[in-house]
Amino acid sequence: MISFAVVTCIKIAVLLAALMTAAAYLVLVERWIAAWVQDRLGPNRVGIPLTNIRIFGLGQPIADGLKLIFKEEFVPGHVDRILYNVAPVVTFVAAVAVYAVVPLGAVDLGISGWAPVDLTVVPAFDAALIFLFAANGAAVYGIILAGWSSNNKYSLFGAMRGAAQLIAYEIPLSLALIALACYAGTLRIDEIVLQQAESGVWNIVLHPLAFVVFFVAATAEAGRLPFDLPETEQELVGGFHTEYSGMRLMTFLVSEFLHMITAAVVIVLLFLGGWHLWFLTGSEPVAGIGGAIIRIVVFVAKVLAVVFFFMWMRWSWPRFRFDQLMTLAWKPLISWGIVQVTILVVWYAWWEPLVVSQGWSSLPVLALINWVTFILTWVITAAIAQPHYDNSPRRDLVRLAQGVPEGSPYMESPTVQPCDA
Amino acid sequence: MKPDSSEIRWVDESPLNMGERSYLPLFWDGLTTTFRHLIGPKLTVQFPEERHQFPDPLIYRGVHRLNRDEQGRVKCVACFLCATACPAHCIDIVAGPSPWPDREKYPVVFNIDMLRCIFCGMCEEACPVDAIELTSLYDLSGKSREEMIFDKEKLLSIYDQTKDQEPPGWLRGKREIEDLIELPQDDQDLTQDK
Repeated sequence: MISFAVVTCIKIAVLLAALMTAAAYLVLVERWIAAWVQDRLGPNRVGIPLTNIRIFGLGQPIADGLKLIFKEEFVPGHVDRILYNVAPVVTFVAAVAVYAVVPLGAVDLGISGWAPVDLTVVPAFDAALIFLFAANGAAVYGIILAGWSSNNKYSLFGAMRGAAQLIAYEIPLSLALIALACYAGTLRIDEIVLQQAESGVWNIVLHPLAFVVFFVAATAEAGRLPFDLPETEQELVGGFHTEYSGMRLMTFLVSEFLHMITAAVVIVLLFLGGWHLWFLTGSEPVAGIGGAIIRIVVFVAKVLAVVFFFMWMRWSWPRFRFDQLMTLAWKPLISWGIVQVTILVVWYAWWEPLVVSQGWSSLPVLALINWVTFILTWVITAAIAQPHYDNSPRRDLVRLAQGVPEGSPYMESPTVQPCDA
Repeated sequence: MKPDSSEIRWVDESPLNMGERSYLPLFWDGLTTTFRHLIGPKLTVQFPEERHQFPDPLIYRGVHRLNRDEQGRVKCVACFLCATACPAHCIDIVAGPSPWPDREKYPVVFNIDMLRCIFCGMCEEACPVDAIELTSLYDLSGKSREEMIFDKEKLLSIYDQTKDQEPPGWLRGKREIEDLIELPQDDQDLTQDK
């Protein structure tokens, strides 16, 4: 029992340290990528303090952190003190708690009498998926508390946008997840990863539609561009954290980065095979020390690749308008999620027994069905619906009737309706 | 003009075709454009170590200088045209009787407040003797407001510092002015008609 507690504490310490470092350095990477996309060099000056050694600006996160720590934590007089102080904590806890169930495989330390150590803070958690998304969704409380307690219009706008956005995108996210859980037959993330490793077919190949829905929804949940409506700098100053400064602001910023990393981690775990890579990591549930290190490296590399795509995407596509954002969630994404769930339910109820009775192997058939569905849904969606409103000016302006002052045309009958198909 | 005027021709955006409605070509365009820049050459100049190279330093509007004539005297004749033209009122001249026979006045004091100056170059345009010019020096800094008021000696020393790279206008412009003096034939006809 005591050894279990010690091992868990070590895991938590290592995980927290790794996460904080990762968040700090991913801020640097984000700034680099932003700079490179804009033909600049990015931060490359700060190196080892008190020397002229620059090491590509790798000291920048430390300098940024120190700056924020030593800054004044100004609390405006008009805020709700208690909620104002609680909000960053709630956001941060929700962002970190997710990592309790992230599985990195199990390692056999080779010490006799020791069971293999599961590299998860909470190993073999049966409701891991549900916990993960409950914790992730709890972040919206932090956003709403921050926006409300700040007693500021911009903050409140940001918070309301954040709440509406997160609630809207929870639904497609959950639908994609239900499809995946249907397929895997379990809510344990480590088993989902293990299934992908054993079959050697990652879920992105089997369920492209679920992947697209999940990817878009996860990006929106993380509040990344093109879905960063809660804090659109150009419109809302800073969104829900307008009134925050110093360490509290840093808590929010770190939580945001953790959300992005969470999204990347979950995408990698559920769709990109977790720690599995062909010919390199093997597919046994328990690995030796060397194997465990390789698995962690593979996992981190995959996560970094997805994070890089997030950062790259940020500069490639313009931000959605809020109505477009809502339309995208409520119309195409939810429909696609329902289609994916229906396909899998029908597959298990009728098609799979049929395929098996024919003596075919079921995975290629399922992949084929899913890919055909994916392409068909995309094409049909493009054909029948545009996930944005028509902004073109109305052309039905006519002269005023008699008795109305000359010179101001008015709209007699709005025959042109907003086109959202 | 009213929206229903017959003179207006409404131009509509063409409707999105199937490819554009599927968003895929647009996604691809965005990603490839940013990736090209991501790996492309960078424009940043690492300032203190390397300095920006001007295509033509003669047309840059940086710190002012007061030109000297061939005998090393200040070329300014204290006519106050630059101070009058200055929109920021940053030029302060005190004129005195000239010690030299070829002009009446010369500047006893010639101060430019670099903190007020907006580097518009109007003084250079106004100067009838090409005495004040803007150089290509741009890294202007000081520790106090007083330090940033440049006096006559400072402005003359900037001339000494930059005259080799940027010869003064009355030397390099001689050729152009001679070309301008020969008016085209058409212009003379025009004046006679009047």
